Amino acid sequence: MNDKKFSKQHEWISIEGEVATIGITKHAAEMLGDIVFVELPEKGKNVEKEGQAGVVESTKAASDIYTPITGEIVETNQSIVDDPAEINKNPEGTAWLFKIKIKNKSELDELMNRADYEKFVKENPS
Amino acid sequence: MEIQKTALYNYHKSLGAKFVSFAGYEMPVQYSSGVIEEHKMTRNNAGLFDVSHMGQLLIEGSIDLAEELEKIIPIDLEKIKLNQSKYSFLTNENGGICDDLIVTKVENGFNIILNAACKNSDFKIFKNSLGNKFKLTLHKNLSLIALQGPNSSEILEKIIPKVSSLKFMNGNKFSFSEKSVYVTRSGYTGEDGFEISLPDNLAENFAKRLIEQGAKPIGLGARDTLRLEAGLCLYGHDISETTNPIEANLKWAISKRRREEGGFVGYSKIKSDINGRLNRLRMGIKPEGKIIAREGVKIFSKDNQEIGLITSGSFGPSVNGPVAMGYVKYDFSKPGTKILLEVRGKKCDAEVSELPFYKKSYVR
Repeated sequence: MNDKKFSKQHEWISIEGEVATIGITKHAAEMLGDIVFVELPEKGKNVEKEGQAGVVESTKAASDIYTPITGEIVETNQSIVDDPAEINKNPEGTAWLFKIKIKNKSELDELMNRADYEKFVKENPS
Repeated sequence: MEIQKTALYNYHKSLGAKFVSFAGYEMPVQYSSGVIEEHKMTRNNAGLFDVSHMGQLLIEGSIDLAEELEKIIPIDLEKIKLNQSKYSFLTNENGGICDDLIVTKVENGFNIILNAACKNSDFKIFKNSLGNKFKLTLHKNLSLIALQGPNSSEILEKIIPKVSSLKFMNGNKFSFSEKSVYVTRSGYTGEDGFEISLPDNLAENFAKRLIEQGAKPIGLGARDTLRLEAGLCLYGHDISETTNPIEANLKWAISKRRREEGGFVGYSKIKSDINGRLNRLRMGIKPEGKIIAREGVKIFSKDNQEIGLITSGSFGPSVNGPVAMGYVKYDFSKPGTKILLEVRGKKCDAEVSELPFYKKSYVR
């Protein structure tokens, strides 16, 4: 769990070789409230660091999901499209959103570790 | 303007409320269980809503008050019975809606419940129209608590005996803590329920008693999904100064005599809508699949003509899918008409639907 990295847009990223798995943080899921709809990028799509890569909607509002790194979408999590509430139950586990083939590993250095992210959340309550 | 708080603010806080600023008030949007759970609690058990931000206006006067009020409110105030409540609205010169409201006939006049965002401007409308002949009081020290859901009657009966004998859209005076409180059997969730008007200093104790008896606190988030499923309008979204009551599908709320005789502000502008064909009509909109269509989403016909606009939409927890309402051109307003909704640049399939999406029977 501690090898995850985090973005200021409240995504987490976990790296396995050339592929990164991306989801939203527990904090983000709590802030959004009950999630009722998810739209994920299409497989094969190239996405840019901090570009919009999907949408999650709660009963109250729609929020964009950003990708913390550049690369090609290689897999998406269909099970959360079918059951969006899973994101509230297990945001940093089974409810990952998509996987990206990493284009530029140096982008990972700009992301936060868990301790820094938790500090960031405390300093930026929204 | 300074942000206002209701008498229950600290109590909401102690119950774990998340707050949102609404119409100048700091109001609970949800508690720890979340919007969906709160919605279902209301449908299956009983939910407690603090609606003290809404305006409670008392207009006192004798026999000629009804006649004067009819000039701005399009219901039959001659026929309304003592303690009976009616849904209505204030109209403007163009027949648009300045606010929607609930009027209750009381012994010395009428009690009127107004939307929080409109209450001060409404007061001016009443004052300007009625002049100094009648006494108008926009209460500053009264709370309003709604208890909604199938168990409401049983719960409230334990705290206010005999209250369960009230019929839907009727009210009466009762006592709580040896003080007089006014209770109506009404609400805005599509459920059986009550609204209790009581002094601010009794509100917290009263709310605590309801919670002890099994009611759950419900925030504005679930209030919105509940009223949406019930097909009820949210002022400023589904109805406004630029929508008239007929196209808003609220013709039923204008008494028959008033539809025929008129005599209220804006009548000449909506007379043709009352009698003839409308340009547009507020209808339910049911998106296919899971996509949510919110306020501002454009509606298209199957052959891609723009035919309307969504005015509110979300996920309906009891429908277990997306629900919305909006205005469509009259020719496309028949339930079952296939339409398209433009969400984030993509056209999605949807259908015009009857309202409400969710129906329960009221105690009549």
